[in-house]
Amino acid sequence: MRVSANTQVVAPIDRVWAIVSDPERMLTFMSAVTRWEVAGNRRTGLGARYRVLFRVGAAEVGGLIEIVEWEEPYELAWTSVTGVDQRGRWRLREVSAGRTRVELRMAYGVAGAGLWGWLAERLAAPMVSGHLSRSLQQLKRLIEHEELRERAAARRAARAA
Amino acid sequence: MASTRLDSAASPNGHVTLEQGDAGESASSTLLGRAVRGLADQVTRRIPRADLDERDPDFIRERLPLMWLLASVWYRGDVRGLGNIPDSGPVLLVGNHSGGNMIPDTMVFTLAFSTFFGVERRFYQLAHNLVLSMPGLGSLRKFGTVAASPANATKALESGAALLVYPGGDFEVHRPSWLRNKIDFGGRKGFIRLALEQNVPIVPVVSIGGQETALFLTRGEGLAHMLFLDRLLRLKVLPISLALPWGLNVGDMLGHIPLPAKISVETLPAIDLREEFGPEPDVDEVYDHLIRLMQDTLDALASERRLPVLG
Repeated sequence: MRVSANTQVVAPIDRVWAIVSDPERMLTFMSAVTRWEVAGNRRTGLGARYRVLFRVGAAEVGGLIEIVEWEEPYELAWTSVTGVDQRGRWRLREVSAGRTRVELRMAYGVAGAGLWGWLAERLAAPMVSGHLSRSLQQLKRLIEHEELRERAAARRAARAA
Repeated sequence: MASTRLDSAASPNGHVTLEQGDAGESASSTLLGRAVRGLADQVTRRIPRADLDERDPDFIRERLPLMWLLASVWYRGDVRGLGNIPDSGPVLLVGNHSGGNMIPDTMVFTLAFSTFFGVERRFYQLAHNLVLSMPGLGSLRKFGTVAASPANATKALESGAALLVYPGGDFEVHRPSWLRNKIDFGGRKGFIRLALEQNVPIVPVVSIGGQETALFLTRGEGLAHMLFLDRLLRLKVLPISLALPWGLNVGDMLGHIPLPAKISVETLPAIDLREEFGPEPDVDEVYDHLIRLMQDTLDALASERRLPVLG
């Protein structure tokens, strides 16, 4: 099952990339994510691994994931190494100067789970989709507020000078 | 799944002990007693032995969606505090037990444990061999449900696994519904000795809601005694409940359709017995402490509930 959400953030693409590629920032905006910890020596980049958990229904679902695509500042994709099968992708595109389109995709499922797997995937889809949308809303708010604060700070500094 | 206790005699009602008693000797000397004992021996011989190797992570992974559906949609499960369980290494998970032979709390917790730590982490539950041999329940062995015996408990912990036990066993799981918010291990302390022998931490797991999945009326201890079931079959309880689809449900041997009660589970911080109670902990003191701790948690969970079943 694949679900996705997208939004436009009023910020340069590099700014957005810096947030979505930073494992320590994930818990600040990702909805229903209860754990996003670096596992191993690599903190970011291709091959970096994280132990992640998402709350979906009655369970916190996740496992070990690994970054399998890292095309800065456009594409970041991961796939599960252990736990429930999942793939995820951040897709960033510059719409215009200072404006970035952000898409977050997730695909999940349990191979071999048959009819119950099919049903569970579909019942979970609205929940997962809702979490993705909320995550993007929170990401947008986080970045745009940071941008505003920085611009305000720059203006204050200019006035003081 | 099944429930386990670590003291006193075995109960073919799905709940087991690690210590065999000698009850029933006098009864078994009668003709009827010998006949029943012979039958029981025949049945026992046909029961497949469960061992640790039968746990199958791929099988568990493929069953997670069904468990997730039941836990999320039917029981609206809410499991908290799994982060209190050490990330690795052996640990003894000690739970209170509810819901008759359908044990919904075990299913909800097993799902939560398996998705939180991954099916790759070794996780076993102790149960009576008879449970494992019941029609349709043989697959429990693939979930890591193993025959309750000192050897299996020791082996599971020595392998570095998490081991789930229910000291209250059948005594607790069939308590009347009006005692649903009471921790009742029936004085069974074998799990503490096991934790001390293996030097593993205990993690209390407190659940609520299971006893609202039917109207449990009585454990039927008197009835079991009157019918000599306690002496002939080591069946200490013959529970009576009002449950779907049977109406009056005696014994709960065939299970029942549980009401969709909300199941909440809270996992408490790990307790290192020697760190908290000294190098030679007093088993009674540890027992009293654990019961108090779990009862306080159960009371807190109960205070969150507004209505039975609905939660």
